Formats: sequence, structure tokens, C-alpha cells
Amino acid sequence: MKKRIQDTDMEKVIGYLLRYGVISASLVVLAGGIVYLYRHGHQLPAYREFHGEPDKMRNPRLMLEAVMRGEGRPLIQLGLLILIATPIARIAFSIFGYLLEKDYLYTVLTVIVLLAILLNF
Amino acid sequence: MTILVFTLILFGAALVAGLLGSLTGLGGGVVIIPLLTLVFKVDIHYAIGTSLVSVIATSSGAAAAYVREGIANIRLGMFLELATTAGAIAGAWLAAYMPTEIIAILFGIVLIISAGLSFARLADPVTSGPSGVLAAKLRLNSTMPTEEGKTPYFVKNVVGGFFMMNVAGIISGLLGIGSGAFKVIAMDNVMRIPFKVSTTTSNFMIGVTAAASVGVYLQRGYIDPGLSMPVMLGVLGGALVGTRVLTKARTTSLKIVFAFVILVLAVEMIYNGIAHQI
Repeated sequence: MKKRIQDTDMEKVIGYLLRYGVISASLVVLAGGIVYLYRHGHQLPAYREFHGEPDKMRNPRLMLEAVMRGEGRPLIQLGLLILIATPIARIAFSIFGYLLEKDYLYTVLTVIVLLAILLNF
Repeated sequence: MTILVFTLILFGAALVAGLLGSLTGLGGGVVIIPLLTLVFKVDIHYAIGTSLVSVIATSSGAAAAYVREGIANIRLGMFLELATTAGAIAGAWLAAYMPTEIIAILFGIVLIISAGLSFARLADPVTSGPSGVLAAKLRLNSTMPTEEGKTPYFVKNVVGGFFMMNVAGIISGLLGIGSGAFKVIAMDNVMRIPFKVSTTTSNFMIGVTAAASVGVYLQRGYIDPGLSMPVMLGVLGGALVGTRVLTKARTTSLKIVFAFVILVLAVEMIYNGIAHQI
């Protein structure tokens, strides 16, 4: 009889979370990559100088709008956002898990890490 | 060279980098940045952003497997992530104000240290005796699965390990690599935990550390989809294959080859930095 959530249960969920996060991010990136190569594959790359990415590659809302217009590069970028969100989601889930384990020390530690990351986006 | 050819070559190179990186525990990022800057003449800002993305992909992908096997010490990772995320954010801000030549030279130096560290004699893990007070309070001691069943180990020098992790975080955020070598040293030689635990826990932490600095890079426009797409997919594919063989393969000779490659890349990076060609 298990009374409460154990570390091993959390490990299982974290494992699945990371796995499906990475898989879905890869699929979106791949889809965006196919559209990108179809539209721009014959052109020449220009990466020698740093220009910085335009706003539609930085802002999630503008990214979505560009994806709706059928652009590939913002779709790749959206996949990358899913990828970046994966370890962050893992931390958010850990907070929940430590709360259920009644491990308040680690709940606080994890909240601090999550806040530090989110405040820098 | 068209974008299509460029993308395919980049994908192939990233595949190899991911495989070697995961087998040796040094990560794919250490090869991705010199590859992009030296071979493909990509600006180092783009290279760092691209590498960070691939670092998150490999770390999360590999960690998914390790975590389910119960080798990684999640509690220890969570605690040390306090140190690495703080360092990573500081490092990412620092990178914006640092001339690219200096970044290239620093990168070369860190590469050499990383390659050297991978040969450092690891301290024997502490598997008996009384536990440290802080390690016990933070519930960091754990067990790892071996052939004889679950073997307990104890964590030493928590403060020293925490400090070392902070440095690893700064390096990660500044140079866009996972700095796994530094994390493993912090856990092996300072905190004295078993090698399999330190490598898997380090891998687990790298994704969060990189996610902490990637926000800064994304806002500054350092993350390019055209570069990130083939590199992320390639490194991830290579790393997944690497993880499958890691538990069986003997990696000593591979490590020597990879360390040599890294050494050459490091010297080249430093030279280009000094010669202002980067």
C-alpha cells in the first residue's frame, strides 16, 4: 500500500514529459524545416555576418501569425520554443510533485529555479 | 552551396557530433560551435544560439531515458540547478557585452580544459561511512542500480560542489555549451558520487541550465531557425543512438580520439580569436 507519491513515480512522469516534449518539438521543427527547404532550399545561405533575427523570430505571437501565412522558418522557431519549454515544464511539474511528497524544502528550491528562468524570458 | 546542401551537410555533421558527444559525456555543443564558426564561417553569435538549442535537445532526450532507469539523482540535480541557472543567466548577459574575439579565445581555453578534465583521474565514490550533515539534510544521498542490487552512496562537500556548479553555469551561459565536463568533475571529484550517477545527473541538469540562458539569446536574435533546425535534429538523432549504446560500450579509446579533435578545434578557435578572424 502506497500512502503518497514517491520519488520513483515522479521519475517516471518526468521521463515521459521530457520524452514527449522533445518528440513533439522535433516534429514541429521537422515540419517547419520541410516548408523552409521547399521555399528557400535553392537560395544561398548568409550567416557570415550577424544581423540578428527579425521580430517574427523572437515574439511568439508574431511567430504564429507568420506560420499562418505558410512560412517555414517561424514554424521551426515555434518548435524550438516547445523544446525550450520542455525542461521548464519539467521544473514546474517537480514543484507539484514535491508538494505531493510534502517535501517543502525542495518545493521552495524548485520555485526559485523556475522563477529565475521565467523572469529572464 | 545552396541552402539545401548546406542544411544536409550541417545535419550530417551534427549527427556525428551528437553521437560522439553523448558517448564521451562531453556533449555535442563543444564541437558544434567550432564547426559552425571555423568550417561554415558562421558568426559566433548564431553559433552559440544554435548550440544552446541542441544542448537542450540532447539533454532532455537523453535524460528521458536515464531518469526512467533510475540512475540520475534528481534531488541532487534539482538542488544544484539553483547554482547552474543563476550562473547561466549571468553568463548570457555577460556574452552580450563581450567582444567576439574574447569569446572565441575563452571558448578555446574552456575546450582544452574540458578535454583535459575528461582524463582526470576520478576520485573513488564514497559508498560507506557517515554522511555529511548538509547532504543528509538536503536528502542528497541515494542508491544506484548495480548488478548486486541497489548500492547506496553518500554525497560529500556539498558547498564546494555547489560553487563549482555555479562556475559551470556561467560557462554554459557565456559560451553556449552544456559544460558537462565541469558538472561531472564537480560531482565526481568534489562531491564524490559514482561516475554513472554524475554523468546522468549532469545530463539531466544541462537542459535546465541552457533553458535559463536561451531566453536571453532568443530575445537578442541569436537563435536562427535555418541553423537550429538541422543541428538540433542531427545532434538529437546522434545522441539517441549514443544513449542506446552507452550502457554497453567501453568509451576510453573514443574519449582519446574525441579529446584530440577538441584540442585541434580549441587551438584553431584561439588562433582565430587572436588573429581577429572570428
